[in-house]
Amino acid sequence: MIRVLTPLPVLLPLLGAAAALLVGGRHPRVQRALSIVVLASVLAVAVGLLLLADRDGADAVPVGGWPVPLGIVLVVDRLSALMLVVAATVALGVLVFAVGQGAADGDEETPISIFHPTFLVLIAGVANAFLAGDLFNLYVGFEILLTASYVLLTLGGSAARIRAGITYIIVSLLSSLLFLAAIGLVYGATGTVNMAQLAVRLGELPEGTQVLLQSMLLIAFCIKAAVFPLSAWLPDSYPTAPAPVTAVFAGLLTKVGVYAIIRTQTLLFPGGALDEVLMWAALATMLIGILGAVAQTDIRRILSFTLVSHIGYMVFGISLASQAGLAGALFYVVHHIAIQTTLFLVAGLVERQGGSTGVDRLGGLATASPLLAVLFFVPAMNLAGIPPFSGFIGKLGLLEAGIADGGWLPIVLVAGGAVTSLLTLLAISRVWSRAFWRPPAQAPADESSDAAAADAGPELAPAPAPGPAHEQEPVEEKEPVPAGSPADAAGVRAEARRAAWERHTAVATATSPVTDGLGGEAARERPLRPLPRVMVGSTAAMVVVTVGLTALAGPLYGVAERAAGDLRDRTPYISSVFLGEEVP
Amino acid sequence: MTPTVVLPVIIGGLYAAGVYLLLDRSLTRVLLGFLLLGNATNLLLLSAGGPAGLAPILGYAEPEEMSDPLPQALILTAIVITFGIAAFVLAIIYRSWRLVRQEVIEVDEEDRRVAARSQTDADDIDPDDLAPEDRAAMHADTFAADNGDGDGVDPDLDVERRLARRYSGIPSDDVDLPPTRRRNR
Repeated sequence: MIRVLTPLPVLLPLLGAAAALLVGGRHPRVQRALSIVVLASVLAVAVGLLLLADRDGADAVPVGGWPVPLGIVLVVDRLSALMLVVAATVALGVLVFAVGQGAADGDEETPISIFHPTFLVLIAGVANAFLAGDLFNLYVGFEILLTASYVLLTLGGSAARIRAGITYIIVSLLSSLLFLAAIGLVYGATGTVNMAQLAVRLGELPEGTQVLLQSMLLIAFCIKAAVFPLSAWLPDSYPTAPAPVTAVFAGLLTKVGVYAIIRTQTLLFPGGALDEVLMWAALATMLIGILGAVAQTDIRRILSFTLVSHIGYMVFGISLASQAGLAGALFYVVHHIAIQTTLFLVAGLVERQGGSTGVDRLGGLATASPLLAVLFFVPAMNLAGIPPFSGFIGKLGLLEAGIADGGWLPIVLVAGGAVTSLLTLLAISRVWSRAFWRPPAQAPADESSDAAAADAGPELAPAPAPGPAHEQEPVEEKEPVPAGSPADAAGVRAEARRAAWERHTAVATATSPVTDGLGGEAARERPLRPLPRVMVGSTAAMVVVTVGLTALAGPLYGVAERAAGDLRDRTPYISSVFLGEEVP
Repeated sequence: MTPTVVLPVIIGGLYAAGVYLLLDRSLTRVLLGFLLLGNATNLLLLSAGGPAGLAPILGYAEPEEMSDPLPQALILTAIVITFGIAAFVLAIIYRSWRLVRQEVIEVDEEDRRVAARSQTDADDIDPDDLAPEDRAAMHADTFAADNGDGDGVDPDLDVERRLARRYSGIPSDDVDLPPTRRRNR
């Protein structure tokens, strides 16, 4: 049974993509229905695989019928089955959201006939990476999902997306080349790329060679997972993509990197030679990522930085290399995939409702759309790790594992993790208090995207559109410089703040309902369209999933612990590939 | 069988040249760098397969004389992937050229915007903490006072003027809002 099911998560989306491409141009409805059906069946298969793998343990399928060390194998163990289930769930939610968005937008912005096939190919690549039983197949899985992601990230081909896409593509290409070179060296050293065989043979190599190979693989995977010194590409490239694309990228792609790190650290190099390096990297990722999030003012960028920051938790758990640490990391991966995707979907809804994702330009969303406020609030608190939610459970598991480890470095990391959690709460609650909670009059509503571009710098701004924001120059630029301007630097800084505050309130109060100004309520009133039901529905479903993770935390943590046990043991994986025989 | 020194030298040279080109801001050079790096990696895979031998075809050569076929299969896959992605990158470069008439990598504007901001956001300041003369126009405590010394001018305009007089030469910050429309009244 498991042998029949195993190739399906790769096969179904690929065939579905081909079919979706064929019907795409003329029958967009058929295409949508097809992609949803395909992903729903992938989800069903993945759930089946998880149940079977959890009951019977790992199993391997030699694809193409070649004997094991020669042919390609797909391996399902608890870890890969668990990742498949989460990936399929998230992908289905995002796809429904995208369908809703496409239906609401009239498909103008995104060429929908391309979107669905590419999305399915992306999922096929993700599934292939999770199931791959040899290093080169893992590389191919990465390439499938990356190539699909290049297309999705640059959908529509606007200048901003091309700019962001180029950074993303070049960084990904570099990491892929590193990975490929590492595969070449691994093959040269051991004469195989089969992971189960590697697990045995790599241990026989001299220690220096092992560390070299391990660090090359880790660097390649850390780029993909956005671990700190290698994470700068992520907040730069993700926020510009269409909302559903960002959501699925944020949820899935970095976690494929994390998955690869887990495999490298547990299956291939269990010696723990680089654990300490990984711990430092995890600490830096958590702290620097979250400090970046605190500094940002755009919801999507804040979320991108929290994404980077929380990767640190997972790397922390992996680097502990204990059963509890790995279990915590696995649970956190599952939680974070769901939560980050949901939050990016909500950010897409916020952009739709408020016309922007900049928290300085938003306001009053809680009164404008209470449902949206709830949809944001629940996963946001979950992300920050407020007690009843799964984020708290995951963090608690990781911190307990860190304390149980006993060394001083894990204790430092535990402290760093707690600080990160608090800072996450700070960053998230700033979004909440500004975009949702403050009265709308405080937010300048008629700043549009071209005004935002004008903020960026005069030489980069597009031609000024005729509008109130551009008709009049600010007065202070025309006034002559007075004689007695403040001299000392601290005074300048303090007075600049005051000036900012005064101008801010001057504008805000000028357009408040109290005054009967020309630019009063009527001009500021946004044409309030109701949010499309399908989009809200799919986001709400994802929120329910994230809350469901809390409700199902017990069984889920059980699976994670058993998977962590398998990973530390290594024999289930190896003997599933070689059917218990002696590894050649 | 003595190992050849030619392959490592070529691989090293290709890697060096590729990295150099990759560091350029011009996208075409970056693409060329990527291609060189790809070729270097393919050669690395080839050399990982051990010494050269006869073509690995059964009946044509004995297994001992064959070269290792697996790296060749890997290289073929890698070449196809590199080729496809290079084509995509070329399309991206063309698109970038069409859009902005340049093919260099641009700066991230949002980053610049965030970097240029002042350290305190205006709406983080509680006006009640400020000295009365620093409080905002039309703040509850200062409302009367503002109307009093405002020379009977429109209070907003008055604020703008006073600000301009007091803080000229100070760079603006993130709450650089459009001027009020009521000035024309």
